[in-house]
Amino acid sequence: MNWGSLGEFLAMGGYGLYVWGSFGMCALVLGAECRGVAQRRKALRQRPLDDDLDERPIHEA
Amino acid sequence: MSWTRYAAPQRFYPLAGRAIPWFAGLALLLAVVGLVIGLGVAPTDHQQGESYRIIFVHVPSAWMSMIIYLALAFWAAIGLIFNTRLASMLAVALAPTGAWMSFLALWTGALWGKPTWGTWWVWDARLTSELILLFLYIGFMSLHAAIDDERRADRAAALLALVGVVNVPIIYFSVQWWNTLHQGASISLTQAPSMATTMLAGMLVMTLAFWMYSIAVALARARVIILEREQGARWVRQLLGSA
Repeated sequence: MNWGSLGEFLAMGGYGLYVWGSFGMCALVLGAECRGVAQRRKALRQRPLDDDLDERPIHEA
Repeated sequence: MSWTRYAAPQRFYPLAGRAIPWFAGLALLLAVVGLVIGLGVAPTDHQQGESYRIIFVHVPSAWMSMIIYLALAFWAAIGLIFNTRLASMLAVALAPTGAWMSFLALWTGALWGKPTWGTWWVWDARLTSELILLFLYIGFMSLHAAIDDERRADRAAALLALVGVVNVPIIYFSVQWWNTLHQGASISLTQAPSMATTMLAGMLVMTLAFWMYSIAVALARARVIILEREQGARWVRQLLGSA
């Protein structure tokens, strides 16, 4: 391990802003993307369905 | 039974549902291992100090932004040539993930560029072609969203995706073809890696984590797209609870 203390770890040798800005943005974006997909899925159940029922057999899909 | 069996959205849907937890679990596990290696075990770089640790998210996101684009173009082409709905839906499902990956590559690159080059951004071949990749993703999604008829949207967006494929080798070889501030490839098939083993291991594990994440989230989005687009089908109505 390279770090003597938590403070040292967070400081990243003076590059804390850049390192944590990078890792933090990744966590933020990937987390938001997952939540976005989950919300889109949830919204499906709350929306009325299209009117037309399509009776095509599945092998023509 | 043949591979075309799963070209039917009804059959693909449960299959993807079973696969997602595995990919998501692997992504989480690999991310934990990769972060421990990258932030804990890997030694300080003698030139860049700790700032180099950005590599553990920068390289994976940049690689994934290109790989996802190739996958998107592949499925878009299959959808165009064989007129299979599911292939087009997969292409559409991959686009937001690819766009986010190129955004992250640019963002982490800017945060790495500032301490190492003294600037957040330069109009350099590598950076500019990666920005064009982000615009291609946005263009693909916008064009698809702008056309009401989904199959026509699939075809138009597929054409755009295929034209844009030319940008991927440009990104990849830009550091060789042009004089650029961006460093060359960290690893290649023909030469020994130019970095410490633990750094390389961390980078590869994080790349695998991003890869597994991308598959999991794209499959989850593809399932939602199937439900959205196949609402005329009886099985979707039954699933959504109003048959």
